[in-house]
Amino acid sequence: MAIRVAYTGNGACAQAMRQVEPHMVAAYPITPQTEVVEEFAKFVADGKVKTKFLPVESEHSAMSACIGGVAAGGRVMTTTASQGLAYMWEMLYIASGLRLPIVMGVANRALSAPINIHGDHSDTMGARDSGWVQLYCKTVQEVYDTLIQAVRIAEHDEVRLPVMVCYDGFSVSHSLMDLEVLAEEQVKGFVGRFTPRYPLLDIANPVTYGPLALYDFYFEYRRQQVEAMATAERAVREIAEEYASLSGRRYSAVEAYRLDNAEVALVSLGSTASTIEYAVDRLRDEGVAAGALRIRTFRPFPKDAIREALEPLKAVAVMDRSESLSGWGGPVGIEVKAAFYETEARPLLLDVVYGLGGRDVGVDDVREVFGELKKATDAGKMSDPVYYLSLRE
Amino acid sequence: MKWNIKDAEHWSWKKYPEGALILEGGNAAYYKTGGWRTDKPAWDEEKCTQCLICWISCPDSSIIVKDEKWDSFDYDHCKGCGICAKVCPVDAISMHPEGGEE
Repeated sequence: MAIRVAYTGNGACAQAMRQVEPHMVAAYPITPQTEVVEEFAKFVADGKVKTKFLPVESEHSAMSACIGGVAAGGRVMTTTASQGLAYMWEMLYIASGLRLPIVMGVANRALSAPINIHGDHSDTMGARDSGWVQLYCKTVQEVYDTLIQAVRIAEHDEVRLPVMVCYDGFSVSHSLMDLEVLAEEQVKGFVGRFTPRYPLLDIANPVTYGPLALYDFYFEYRRQQVEAMATAERAVREIAEEYASLSGRRYSAVEAYRLDNAEVALVSLGSTASTIEYAVDRLRDEGVAAGALRIRTFRPFPKDAIREALEPLKAVAVMDRSESLSGWGGPVGIEVKAAFYETEARPLLLDVVYGLGGRDVGVDDVREVFGELKKATDAGKMSDPVYYLSLRE
Repeated sequence: MKWNIKDAEHWSWKKYPEGALILEGGNAAYYKTGGWRTDKPAWDEEKCTQCLICWISCPDSSIIVKDEKWDSFDYDHCKGCGICAKVCPVDAISMHPEGGEE
């Protein structure tokens, strides 16, 4: 039977890992993910899980051990954040290139320099092209639900890709929220037994992992990853449906909030969507045709769903909690704009870079962005394509 | 070999095993590395004592032994590293520039 408790995002992550009970967890603690490692290590020490826990000396080793663990034939999970994710960099590509279904929770945090421990999306956005599926969570409940689904997405027969479950540092990782925890047998039944593919420990059928592939074959393997990522879009949808029938909670690649008859909307990832939805309710009360769209699956990028949801609108602001430093805004804004290249009609698009280094975004800040959209619709154009919210000018 | 990769260069991208895995052991022999060689080993039958230290030391299994006796070099796979010449206790193997006189 499911129980209701108060948990932090990190606590929910650790609970999901406990219930999935993978064969191995190799992890290194880093703010704001530290509690996950602490709690999971305690589960292991207390004999609550049979998982082999590897307290490695770095994140590079954590991901390397996970790669070895799946290749050997086990189900593995890990967690990290910020500099830790950056330190895993080369191994991220090896995990996805070898098509290893690793599930990793990431408590999003800014990247140094200057050093900063608070939440923004610089870490995982930097890894957006590393071949990992990326799911961004709004609440503590969603962290728990998504981690459980991520196991199935990663291990899906036609996907076999690693999955990052991203949740905002501190605003989700350290915030207590209401959480419904499923019964042990429900989670165990949902994730099922791990079916290894070409395990190295199957000594009767020796295989080679990680051979050389130059200009003669390398390209074909990248093309296969493109296909696996395209299939992941379907897998995310199907597994979400199955999870909905188990838990009563339904998730999709993008989640619309009061978009019916909306003229202006904000697009966001993660926990900021809660603040935006609150502001949308207030604006609707005031007669403003406001709405919101949350991108839950950033990789694969749900371009069709985004187009369909936003095409009828007059103006849209894309909220970017990281800077691409390319000279034209954040990565989400750039990709949403690209999604509209082929459409006949498109809303005016404003890229809003906000909340870097954990700078808070409140209801008044969201209202300010809606105000910018009002100005743009009145003028029929955007005055500036990138808007820096709550920046000292 | 159960896994037939003879015409692998003509396959569609869909056919290659995921993750660039090699699904069977022993097929490295298909990849001929002899072309990498700049120095080529030569064997002196008169000096050779059949100790076979060269055979056990060769990193590319390119010393061919038949009936427990030195037989030949596998020039399709020998990369010319010279380990065989270095380990030979009686100087029965010598290295010579590829393309030069033997």
